[in-house]
Amino acid sequence: MEWKGRDVISVRDFSKEDIEFVLKIAERLEERLNKKGHLEYARGKILATLFFEPSTRTRLSFESAMHRLGGSVIGFSSAASTSVKKGESLADTIKTVEQYSDVIVIRHPMEGAARLAAEVAEIPVINAGDGSNQHPTQTLLDLYTIKRAFGRIDGLRIGLLGDLKYGRTVHSLAEALAFYDVELYLISPELLRMPKHIVEELREKGVKVHETTDLEGTVPELDVLYVTRIQRERFPDEQEYLKVKGSYQVNCAVLKNAKESLKIMHPLPRVDEIHPEVDRTPHALYFRQVFSGVPVRMALLGLTLGVLEG
Amino acid sequence: MAELKVTAIKEGTVIDHIPAGKGLKVIEILHLSRPNGGVLLLASNVHSKKLGKKDIVKIEGKFLSEEEVNKISLIAPTATVNIVRDYGVAEKFNVEIPDEIVGILRCANPNCVSNHEYVTSKFYVVSREPLKVRCHYCERTMEESEILSNL
Ligand SMILES: [Zn+2]
Repeated sequence: MEWKGRDVISVRDFSKEDIEFVLKIAERLEERLNKKGHLEYARGKILATLFFEPSTRTRLSFESAMHRLGGSVIGFSSAASTSVKKGESLADTIKTVEQYSDVIVIRHPMEGAARLAAEVAEIPVINAGDGSNQHPTQTLLDLYTIKRAFGRIDGLRIGLLGDLKYGRTVHSLAEALAFYDVELYLISPELLRMPKHIVEELREKGVKVHETTDLEGTVPELDVLYVTRIQRERFPDEQEYLKVKGSYQVNCAVLKNAKESLKIMHPLPRVDEIHPEVDRTPHALYFRQVFSGVPVRMALLGLTLGVLEG
Repeated sequence: MAELKVTAIKEGTVIDHIPAGKGLKVIEILHLSRPNGGVLLLASNVHSKKLGKKDIVKIEGKFLSEEEVNKISLIAPTATVNIVRDYGVAEKFNVEIPDEIVGILRCANPNCVSNHEYVTSKFYVVSREPLKVRCHYCERTMEESEILSNL
């Protein structure tokens, strides 16, 4: 697979080999960064971050990654401040911005916007979230975090907890985990179960899937517990939200019978799904997970820019 | 024989083996309700050995483009297209659902970028029976009823 010039739009475009390759490069970059403090691979290269809707964390993570690669960053963090407000088409914005930069990261409220941007641009485009569709770098950093914590992904028992119906993150993570020999525990309120077609697809790919509402009973089985927030804004109906709001809280009592090695992950921000008392336990992996975003995004930027060799 | 005389056309297209009841939809998506000067005939609920009941559409003076044939395949996958010249069938073929559907279908997702920007829509056929397609842009899957109402 030629990485130079490649776009990163959807987890669907990735093979297992692609994923493993990115994780390997990220690991190597993290080691070099620890040794040297700064890297120079992307010196003279410019990243444009086009955030048509705000997402401070994701933007900072990409910007940090580019700076740590020795490159620089331009961009905007909300459409309100750009010519988009004057009615400029997305295609025209992309064609303009690519004159100023070597790689584009785009976040957009519409599904499919990143795919369109990639078709228009000559330079590589990385999707940082298109509406409720894809956020592939999140999935890659989740996999990277698991791999760094356990040294492997195969053979693990992974629980996905919370909003499995609307949660974009858990959908693509589950799809990517289907490449591995894992057992999945889908823990959610009845109303927020994982869509049937995804569960079927996972089973067809040979993943052992358990669906349950019982968090405490499932915790002792798990190596990883991936917690998601129940997002009010995704609910078409406020009544439905109120029924499931606060369904689960991961605290020390819930974790009483957990394996000592259990790791808890969360894409953050959290509200009350994980009690702060968990932060001080060896189970908490969510801040380390945030850190993982940097080497993974460094790998993607460096590979698509063509400044890193396999 | 009298019946045949009425329905025979000199030059044009006969779309046969349309599932019963879908003939009007075929006429609609080919925009044949706007007369082009030629004769347009719809036979509905005709007895068929293959299908039990079928619809037939005859269009005088018109030959179908590949895009139009692809459109028909989505509504009437069993259809056969007969090209008529000088009162005889010059060519005959079955329609086939293509692997990719380009430009003839709108995405049912109102928040899909293809409904807001100047782009040619594109879908991948993920299943033919039942018909399911996935939008190239928003990656959402559309099922048969949505496909038919967005043609
Ligand atoms: Zn779409």
